Amino acid sequence: MLFQGRVWKYGDAVNTDVIFPGKYTYTLTDPREWAKHALEDLDATFAGTVQPGDIVVAGRNWGCGSSREQAVGALKYAGVKVIIAKSFARIYFRNAINQGVLPLVCPEAVDAIAAGETIAVDAAAHTIHCARGLFSFPPLSPTIHAILDSGGLIPMLRKRFGAEHLPMPEIKGGE
Amino acid sequence: MGKTFAEKVLARASGQSAVVAGQIVDAAPDVILTHDNTAAIARIFRALGQARLKHPERHAITLDHAVPAPNTQHATNHAEVRKFVAEQGIKNFFEVGRGICHQVLSEEAIALPGDLVIGADSHTPHFGWLGACGVGVGRSEMAAVWATGELWLRVPESVRIMVDGALPFGVTAKDLALKIIGDLGADGGIYQSIEFSGPAIEALSLDSRAVLPNMMAEFGVKNAYIAADDKLLDWLAPRRWKTISDFRFQILDLESLPANAQSEIKNLKSQIQNRAIYPDPDAAYAATHRFDASALEPLIACPHAVDNVRPLSQVRGTRVQQAFIGTCTNGRLEDLAAAAAIVRGKQVAPGTRLLVIPASSQVMMEAMQLGYLGDLMAAGAVIGTPGCGPCMGNHMGVPAPGEVTISSANRNFRGRMGTRDSEIYLASPAVVAASAIVGHIADPREML
Ligand code: SF4
Repeated sequence: MLFQGRVWKYGDAVNTDVIFPGKYTYTLTDPREWAKHALEDLDATFAGTVQPGDIVVAGRNWGCGSSREQAVGALKYAGVKVIIAKSFARIYFRNAINQGVLPLVCPEAVDAIAAGETIAVDAAAHTIHCARGLFSFPPLSPTIHAILDSGGLIPMLRKRFGAEHLPMPEIKGGE
Repeated sequence: MGKTFAEKVLARASGQSAVVAGQIVDAAPDVILTHDNTAAIARIFRALGQARLKHPERHAITLDHAVPAPNTQHATNHAEVRKFVAEQGIKNFFEVGRGICHQVLSEEAIALPGDLVIGADSHTPHFGWLGACGVGVGRSEMAAVWATGELWLRVPESVRIMVDGALPFGVTAKDLALKIIGDLGADGGIYQSIEFSGPAIEALSLDSRAVLPNMMAEFGVKNAYIAADDKLLDWLAPRRWKTISDFRFQILDLESLPANAQSEIKNLKSQIQNRAIYPDPDAAYAATHRFDASALEPLIACPHAVDNVRPLSQVRGTRVQQAFIGTCTNGRLEDLAAAAAIVRGKQVAPGTRLLVIPASSQVMMEAMQLGYLGDLMAAGAVIGTPGCGPCMGNHMGVPAPGEVTISSANRNFRGRMGTRDSEIYLASPAVVAASAIVGHIADPREML
């Protein structure tokens, strides 16, 4: 899979409370509403100007804190399909895969990429192309690729259980 | 080569004779924990075309995050959870007011040493205090566990934290946890299994032990572990007996139980002990960190990060509008006792509120019987319904913009308690209580 997009760059230890505030976890159910609050306590300009395909690039421990899936969902519904970080918080990493958002660990690329530039990611070749060069990231396991290729864990299981005709629920809350 | 706790527990949970760090396994959890988020997970579960849970007897559900319901939306959510519980015949369901999931499942001896506990809650590593492997997951993943009875897990690398010496007067397990996170960073334990050991750990009270694996969620870990010893097994066995024999009373009076109950409890203790898992002495660790408990002092995590840790002496004098004692980290009997000892005969400072929310109804009842709640209320404290309270900004004591809270909780991220324009300092319950009396961050050692 190929991705190309403009970069939003953030620092270390960005936590789920600033990616998607806890006070909304039990009250906002519409993913389009989550997108409007994405990163609101970190970067007030993000939600209003993010474009589909934009890529988030961050430092260490992106998504630490709560297990809330909207911290992935808010970015996903804002159009983000790839997040590149120096490292991810464990539950955030799993949540991203399960929601079909590609979490890539590549510290060298993070240091090289500048905010606002347009970069390209080739998931099959494990490479990130930015103005300052080409970087490769470690391949993800086949288990993880199977989930991502299905568009997330739930779509994959719906296929497995023959339940694709059923309506999809909104995914709320988390702590 | 010997095996770590994580390698042993995940080998058993995945039905294999041996696994090694780095391997990906399909593991079947023994205990499946959800809370107010059950209804939302149930909707995903239904979208998988599933009518019945794979293992209803492994489920445990606690209403704790917004209890009693602060508004219609939360009430509707609770009603949906109750309906699901009835539909699926889930026996381990705990109503509004019973307490916080991690505390309740411990008190009810639902999670046991050697168990794999999967929780849709980031503080699920908590269960490491009883020698179990607690791992947190998100909601989609939890729905998948409900439907399939298993999930993929990477066997984590293990890191030892050995703690020598003894905690000085006025220094607690919370300070030790803050020391570890402050020194090694909030991502210092990322993806790892942490094994605690050493004389200072063995000497900790059970209430204090529970603080450490709980706080390790803020260290990035997959799970954390303290070996089950005799002290823990003696605490767990009667509680297990109470749970499986449907004993009606909340608090057990061990002495007054009939002789046959005593012998059943003894049998249960050896059963639990036989299932407990201990690492091999020659297991392979990615790292070993040593700490000296004797050298610790009271510590504070300053806004807005848990690893922004400073000695109490550097921040004392900071004005606080709210002091909050509670949560799964520090809302147990010992914590309320420490707070009561400090406020007894004194008054909360004008301009400051002291909010106390016991972690469970059992904690609350015992604190009442021992007079702690009276001491706290006489000093001007507000006592809340057992549950999470304002910990994640839901209700019942959230701060106003511009206010400063000192809290015994585990997270101080910006916006955590509801508004991004407030500051949260994290400390031990004793420091929180002392600060409530003085009106600014204060040293409890000078007040005892
Ligand atoms: S007390 Fe706070 S940290 Fe603990 S489970 Fe409740 S909301 Fe989470």
